[in-house]
Amino acid sequence: MEANTEKQVTLETTPRAKTKHKYKQPWMLHFMVLPAVLSVFIFSYIPMTGIMMAFQDYKASLGMMGSPWVGLKHFEYMFQNDYFLQITWNTLFFACSKIVLNLIIPFIFALLLNEVRNMGLKRSIQTLVYLPHFLSWVTLSGILIDMLAQTGIINQFISNVFGIKPIFFLGDGAWFRFTIIFSDVWKEFGFNTIIFLAALAGINPALYEAAEVDGAGRIKQTTHITIPSLIPIAIVVATLALGNVLNANFDQVFNLYSPLIYQQGDIIDTFVYREGLLSGQFSFATAVSLFKSGISLILIVISYRLAYKFAGYRIF
Amino acid sequence: MHHKTLPYRIFSIFNNVFLILLSILCLLPLYHLLMVSMSASAPANAGLVTFWPIGFTLEAYAKTFNNSNFLTSLWVSTQRTILGTALAMLVSTLAAYALSKDSHIFRARNVYLWYFVVTMLFAGGLIPSYLLILKLGLMNTLWALILPGTVGVYNVILLLNFFRTVPKDLEEAAFIDGAGQLRTFFMIYLPISLPAIATVSLFIMVGHWNSYFDGIIYMKDAEKLPLASFMQTIIVQKDMTKLDPQMVANMSQRTISASQIFIGALPILLVYPFLQRYFVKGIVIGAVKE
Repeated sequence: MEANTEKQVTLETTPRAKTKHKYKQPWMLHFMVLPAVLSVFIFSYIPMTGIMMAFQDYKASLGMMGSPWVGLKHFEYMFQNDYFLQITWNTLFFACSKIVLNLIIPFIFALLLNEVRNMGLKRSIQTLVYLPHFLSWVTLSGILIDMLAQTGIINQFISNVFGIKPIFFLGDGAWFRFTIIFSDVWKEFGFNTIIFLAALAGINPALYEAAEVDGAGRIKQTTHITIPSLIPIAIVVATLALGNVLNANFDQVFNLYSPLIYQQGDIIDTFVYREGLLSGQFSFATAVSLFKSGISLILIVISYRLAYKFAGYRIF
Repeated sequence: MHHKTLPYRIFSIFNNVFLILLSILCLLPLYHLLMVSMSASAPANAGLVTFWPIGFTLEAYAKTFNNSNFLTSLWVSTQRTILGTALAMLVSTLAAYALSKDSHIFRARNVYLWYFVVTMLFAGGLIPSYLLILKLGLMNTLWALILPGTVGVYNVILLLNFFRTVPKDLEEAAFIDGAGQLRTFFMIYLPISLPAIATVSLFIMVGHWNSYFDGIIYMKDAEKLPLASFMQTIIVQKDMTKLDPQMVANMSQRTISASQIFIGALPILLVYPFLQRYFVKGIVIGAVKE
């Protein structure tokens, strides 16, 4: 009882602003961010200093401070290297194909799913198509390698139905490219529809009611209300994807490729791994990786600017 | 009205059938794998198994669970996923809570935000990160797999966008009742943000369970490989040099590979349905804003 009255007294006598200040504890907020700040400093900012190696001939015995500086030697070598041009082209080819298909297919899928009236069915379809997104490329590669083998189910099916010879899906360059793009779209199209479904759910139902009163059929409603409502979010997805044109999905390619199809299948990231960690050419690999990061950084900044300009998108 | 017209009904039927087939297509590879894993070795190796097991047997599972390499990897992955998710969630939610405050209350907010966002735009890359782990002496320890992933900046942004939707009145009331920032965070924000917490936890858990690359480059001993790295080496890369030669002999069979892949994917198949109802909501709140 005594404590209670005392508290009441302080509340009445202290100006409200002061109480607020006392309890808001701004120093505590700094304390709460501290673990994240430290972790990011150690595991993100310290490795950034490692890009120095791109301008050195790094020797593990001499360390980063003692290794000799060589200027742009590794970059010159990189641009004179025909193979580097090939892998840059491969990377762009994979990434662009995936970006385009991963925009169009989820868009169409969301429109079709929107026409399903039975909510239970709609939810079951959603549950199933999201699932592959959560499986790892190691798991899926294991499955794909088994299914696409010469004696695998796909080749059995093809030879039984069409009577043609088995296809080397993972051993022939052109088929490898097809497999990479198709399997990525298969894995991600469901998950990529989430954002479109959210936009669909946000459309004002009054628009459809008004359209019906005006005598618009389902096709007219789709072309005049649904599709225009999805365009802004599609623009955001497309522009943000621009920042990823040098990311062709390391995990997928690394788990499915083999020396047989390096020419058509190797991408910048897998090349950096082989040259760097396997062959020990730390400086050259870092130079390649720095080139990639630099271009990506510029593209990300541009894409965020565009997304903000055209659709008012901000990340926070 | 429109859904009563005949052409729309016909379209509807075709549309439903098409979408059902499409969704089954997403499950089929996994289902086929399960059937292979439960078949006898000979028909499986000959590629005869399609959609039902031939010569049903659980022998492959028995062999998989008798394989000590597989079991230790399963244990490494379990530890990594539990510890890693708990640590990442603690650090990320604390940071996201502080950063969700308005800048007139928490003046340094924008400075911190840029400090984090820069790391989304630019990274040191593979080689410097590898050398860092080497220099820190984390090579061949569980911490090499856990510590670098503690702060996912995208996750922090998702959480902070969610925390910003919590009504300010609740926080005001807590402060007036004498709660400090920590207490407000644990007693008000965490319980109210369950959908976002569940979403981000699912992402981090799946991320830890599925990571294989860090295990391959940082772990030198076979008994320290997490399950995904173990499977990558034996099933995908077919590199058995790290493993016990006696084990290798009976691991190359198709049914055993299939059973291992299936068991590896099982925890995700089990967790996913429970968290799915949260994550759609969580992602949408993180991604689409007014």
